[in-house]
Amino acid sequence: MNGGADLGGMQGFGPVAEEANEPHFHADWEARAMGIVVALGACGKWNIDQSRHSRESLPPADYLRFPYYRIWIEAVEKMLVSRGMVTEVELKSGRLQVDPVEVRGTLAPDAVWDAIHSLAGAADRPEKEPPLFEIDDQVRTLNEHPEGHTRLPRYARGHIGIIVNILGFHVFPDSSGNDLGDDPRWLYQVRFSAQELWGPGKNPNDSVTLDLWEPHLVKA
Amino acid sequence: MIHDGDSGDGDGDGDNHNHDHDHDHDHDDGMSHLGKMEARVRALESLLVEKGYVESESIDQLIQIYETKIGPKNGAHVVAKSWVEPDFADWLRRDATAAIHSLGYTSRQGEHMQAVFNSDDTHHLVVCTLCSCYPWSVLGLPPTWYKSPPFRSKAVIDPRGVLSDFGLNLPETTSVEVHDSTAETRYLVIPQRPGGTDGWSIDQLAALVTRNAMIGTAIADDPQ
Repeated sequence: MNGGADLGGMQGFGPVAEEANEPHFHADWEARAMGIVVALGACGKWNIDQSRHSRESLPPADYLRFPYYRIWIEAVEKMLVSRGMVTEVELKSGRLQVDPVEVRGTLAPDAVWDAIHSLAGAADRPEKEPPLFEIDDQVRTLNEHPEGHTRLPRYARGHIGIIVNILGFHVFPDSSGNDLGDDPRWLYQVRFSAQELWGPGKNPNDSVTLDLWEPHLVKA
Repeated sequence: MIHDGDSGDGDGDGDNHNHDHDHDHDHDDGMSHLGKMEARVRALESLLVEKGYVESESIDQLIQIYETKIGPKNGAHVVAKSWVEPDFADWLRRDATAAIHSLGYTSRQGEHMQAVFNSDDTHHLVVCTLCSCYPWSVLGLPPTWYKSPPFRSKAVIDPRGVLSDFGLNLPETTSVEVHDSTAETRYLVIPQRPGGTDGWSIDQLAALVTRNAMIGTAIADDPQ
């Protein structure tokens, strides 16, 4: 979707400012927010693509001004409500009113280290067909603007690039992020020259690569 | 409820405060915006604990692990080892996932790895324009600037400007290759080994490899 999260190529934000000796978290709530969101993953009520879609579909002005972990909190509250895990009344009052729903599991304290090292989040799946493209093939990205989740950013639509790597047969977020299942597809690394993306004023030596799935691409 | 577009910052960032007295969580006018987020997240956690979805001790552990155990030291080890051991560098080029996992760095957001090697001709820079994809397994949690609109917007359209913001000015003849992490592949930049480090151990070399050098907004530290 053309939401507030699709930032590539926007201008006017000013220079990138690095904070000296930045702490891991700027307040306790940021640390708790990270922990809550990661721990809730064990419940199995959403996948990472649905989670990203919940964040990117915040109103654009909010997405741009909220600190990052507030985006996480807003998005996770939306998902908790839409899955019936909590109610809006409960979020307002902070008090339990409805019994919990059944979840796949929870993250026990003594399982935390193993759980985050389990590779359970791997996105590759058994190959169902050979890849359509080979390395060095020239491809064009689709110029489509879906209202749901897509990992083909606005700035890279309708452009010609070169396949530089075949990365595997991976869950297709444009499906899984829209509640349509894994629908795994071939994933490629595609290189676009800076001039193709941004015009002739750019340095001819520069390029951008994106990782794109077969349905994003046609032979050019 | 789902805090709507009129809700306040709640972030303590010092400006743009809306005085949204009707916000669901903003009952106490005396509370700071930072305090509102503290109260809101605390209430959320206790509700989720009461429901049996999360345990506070697990959240404590996650925080402790990412504050003390999983960070750029992992990535610096990978880089320094690749400088010293050509076979390991080859493995990284061919199958970065296996090479990095062989060192025990298998934590989440590192399931599928690609190592990109800087050279005299090419400088690599990693971004995630759509969210904040970052190789947690080797770099830990991303810094705020990596997640922020200035970096995510500018890295793809003006990477040399970004590098300049970090004080790194490359010759026009050096190619800048930006990697937008749009999938579950996570990119680790392998900076060039600095001169004057002949005979250094992996541990000594790793101390020269900063987080920013592995994102591509810096080069490895000078041994002087």
